[in-house]
Amino acid sequence: MKLNVSKITSLLAGVVFATSVAAETELTVYTAVEAEDLARYAATFNETNPDIKINWVRDSTGIITAKLLAERDNPQADVVWGLAATSLLLLKSEGMLEGYSPMGVEKLDAKFVDGDNPPAWVGMDAWVASVCYNTVEAEKAGLTPPTSWQDLTDPQYAGHLIMPNPNSSGTGFLDVSSWLQIFGEEGGWEYMDALHNNIARYTHSGSKPCKLAAAGEIPIGISFAFRGAKSKAAGAPLEIIVPSEGVGWDMEATAIVAGTANLEAAQKLVDFTVTLGANEMYNTGYAVVAYPGVAKPVEHFPEGLLDKMIDNDFEFAANNRAAILKEWQSRYDGKSDPK
Amino acid sequence: MTSPSTNISSMPPGPVIKSKLSRDDIIMRSGMIVIALYLVVTLAFPLYAMLSKSFSTYRFELSQYEMQVSDQDGVFDGAILNPVDLNVATGAYSDADLSAGSDSRLPVTQLFPDFSFRSPVMYQIRNAQPGGRFLVGSTLHDDAEWTTLDSNSFRRVQLRPVKSTGFDNFVNYFSTPALFNSIKNSLFIAVLSTVVTVTLAFWFAYALNRSCMRFKGVFRLIAMAPILVPSLLPGIALVYLFGNQGMLKELLFGASIYGPIGIVIGSVFFTFPHAFLIISTALAISDARLYEAASSLRATPWRTFWTVTIPGARYGLISASFVVFNLVITDFGLPKVIGGQFNVLAVDIYKQVIGQQNFEMGAVVSVVLIIPAIFAFALDRYVQSKQVAALSARSVPYQPNPNPKMDRIFLVYSSLVGLFIVGILAVCQFAALIKFWPYDLSLSLNNYQFDKMDGGGWGSYYNSIKLGLITAVVGTAVIFFGAYLVEKSKGFRVGRSLFQMIAMLPMAIPGMVLGLAYIFFFNNPSNPLNVIYGTMAILVISAVTHFYTVSHLTAVTALKQMDREFESVSASLKQPTLKLFSRVTVPVCMPAVLDISIYLFVNAMTTVSAVVFLYSPKTSLASIAVLNMDDAGDIAPAAAMGMMIFYTNAAARILHLIASKGILRRTQAWRAR
Repeated sequence: MKLNVSKITSLLAGVVFATSVAAETELTVYTAVEAEDLARYAATFNETNPDIKINWVRDSTGIITAKLLAERDNPQADVVWGLAATSLLLLKSEGMLEGYSPMGVEKLDAKFVDGDNPPAWVGMDAWVASVCYNTVEAEKAGLTPPTSWQDLTDPQYAGHLIMPNPNSSGTGFLDVSSWLQIFGEEGGWEYMDALHNNIARYTHSGSKPCKLAAAGEIPIGISFAFRGAKSKAAGAPLEIIVPSEGVGWDMEATAIVAGTANLEAAQKLVDFTVTLGANEMYNTGYAVVAYPGVAKPVEHFPEGLLDKMIDNDFEFAANNRAAILKEWQSRYDGKSDPK
Repeated sequence: MTSPSTNISSMPPGPVIKSKLSRDDIIMRSGMIVIALYLVVTLAFPLYAMLSKSFSTYRFELSQYEMQVSDQDGVFDGAILNPVDLNVATGAYSDADLSAGSDSRLPVTQLFPDFSFRSPVMYQIRNAQPGGRFLVGSTLHDDAEWTTLDSNSFRRVQLRPVKSTGFDNFVNYFSTPALFNSIKNSLFIAVLSTVVTVTLAFWFAYALNRSCMRFKGVFRLIAMAPILVPSLLPGIALVYLFGNQGMLKELLFGASIYGPIGIVIGSVFFTFPHAFLIISTALAISDARLYEAASSLRATPWRTFWTVTIPGARYGLISASFVVFNLVITDFGLPKVIGGQFNVLAVDIYKQVIGQQNFEMGAVVSVVLIIPAIFAFALDRYVQSKQVAALSARSVPYQPNPNPKMDRIFLVYSSLVGLFIVGILAVCQFAALIKFWPYDLSLSLNNYQFDKMDGGGWGSYYNSIKLGLITAVVGTAVIFFGAYLVEKSKGFRVGRSLFQMIAMLPMAIPGMVLGLAYIFFFNNPSNPLNVIYGTMAILVISAVTHFYTVSHLTAVTALKQMDREFESVSASLKQPTLKLFSRVTVPVCMPAVLDISIYLFVNAMTTVSAVVFLYSPKTSLASIAVLNMDDAGDIAPAAAMGMMIFYTNAAARILHLIASKGILRRTQAWRAR
């Protein structure tokens, strides 16, 4: 709502300085992209579109999604740039997204683009599940490195494993939804039953398991690859393991909010997000981007990760999200800490 | 008595005498009404909005849809199927299955026992009534047109629930063990922490008031230190002390700090000053004559303790217990950091709202959490109303006598408690300066580069100071003026007692509940006050309201010491009350005014629960940054930011002390004649 105030102020300013700020359009852009990347993203966009100013509203995936859903009847955002595809599917199913086919979208990897025509959202980059394995602490505890998800149910890892709670973490949810896709519905729950016996505790956030593993607080943390690579670069004795059955992933994507007053500027922004330049920009943080052939390897990123990404069914994940979370909660949440 | 001249009933009734309201009275009353309205708008309305949210449910209404099935050749015969009948025939969904959350979806193929996604049979579905909604994949259909789908696509149809009202959320809550177990957990840690804290604080206060040990001033300072940090900071220290890489991990003998043990130790730390203050006040006042009587009756010290000391301090003990219980059961930061899988009510609210975006269930848990909090609060008020003056005019203040042996024991005990408090803070500071615990123990300031982490960076720290200052200034003005009006205005008794009651209410409402209620109330687009949502203003309002009661009581206590004669004198001198207020009342009550402002500043700096749902990216706060950095796994920076809050509050306290000395010398000269 402060946006209204700022709009009024800018309007007033516009009246006063009508000549000097002639053509500038302001876009309110909601995002879950890491704070440190935002200034860079905006600057790169302004190189080609100097007349469009981006006003970022940034928070974590869950909070931004909640905010967008809460503002359903009175949307404040013009564009969503950098939010999980599963979240965008929730918005799409509320009819909140404006379909738009950006210039050059055909060059993107098809799995990064919404199936509708025009697509409701287009992908930017992917974050991929991985296992962070602290070699020093694991050796102290006498563990052998796991190579697959199934390995993690081995009794030797009991109490040495941490994963995010899918009820509060998007990363946790992509793990659970990937297991249900890999092992099938029944097999997936059986797998999680076995895994639960080894889990020391569930964290609220998705990056924490890897940071805890990096700090030696736990030998093994189920997290995502990018986080592991960052911690490893910071000097943690980590090995990033890609389980052999395949790994779940989610993508960051972009969409136009239906009913925006700045449709033209919003379309220009989305046009930009699918360009080669934009994808190169994403590549500094993400090893997997939507534009094929762009990605250069990121330091410490596990090899062969791309081939292990499962054929993720986002529609399954979004439409069954509520039911899966309810089932997960009744099975594993609130039970006493397995010792 | 019976003489006819005094028989009133025989006299005709005279006109009702009604005193005329002077301009002054009108100003005072309207001022009071304005502040009462403030409390109603910032407290009663939001709570009402939350309560109604907890009854707002979602249900799949099968009667809203119509379907058709074709034959093997894809030809529809026109027979319209009602899903309600289909459900009765197949028994696919029970009544409980149809009760839903805002985000639930219901697949429809189970209504057709013969369904196979490979069959050539076609299906049609439409909304028979306005308001019906269903998805094909992720595409929303909310019109009345028929949608024709082949079997494979029909699998992708998901019905969406509609909003209704009822008790479904509460039924759902109490039929989910993962949720209602938290009630038991919350009560358990609250009771245990209360027993431990009150016991520790009692002996600490006893040592300070009833012994002749040395360094009392230092211990008093140390005991108050935890009030200067967010409640989740001890949790971070405990991770460094007793976590899997902890320095003193062996002391736990293999038990995990993540769970009730950690919550209770941390709760003892952050509630200690509250309990200590209350009990210390109770022990400070005692009648030496009772002790003389006891010793002349040859009572053993033990017996004297149980028959004189404890009864004298009982109201303090009871009050401290309720305060600690309330603080622990409503605290959210600490169990979030160190609670592990041990779910408690306050964290459940956070998980429901932030994690699952299930605002309705968050409201339900809030309602559940309010009950024990209000109960403890009401009992406390009741007990306090029973308290009578223990100190009569003839009392002789008790002076402790030196007793080398006991004094030494008390010194050792107090040192241990002091060590616990200082130790927790020292561990946090130490953790903040270590480069990469436990692998690289070299010192560095890397953890202070907040701008590189989640949580808002250094900006959030400056925001916190801003919030503290605004809250202190605005809050003190509003609260003190309100207390003055309610204490010193004439007549209007109903209004005044109503105001007193409303002013007590904030203390019973947990910060998280208040914050969640603010979302429902202020984030409603049809609310004209919606503009403050996401700004600093809503944070200030929430902080002022959340900490209203204690400040109000402080102000009332100070004002009660001033004779009402002042008002009469000023009235007879034809001076407006507001002039009296600014020229006499405020200067005389300056100590209380300063106390209220520092109380508001410190609490606004440390609170997490009152603001966690209300901050926006532009108004992120230091206390929230501690929470978020810990959440992201950046534990050392979280400790660093927590200690920044500590130093800021400590500096504010020292400034406050210096300022008070200066101001008091000017305004309180009359006290020392």
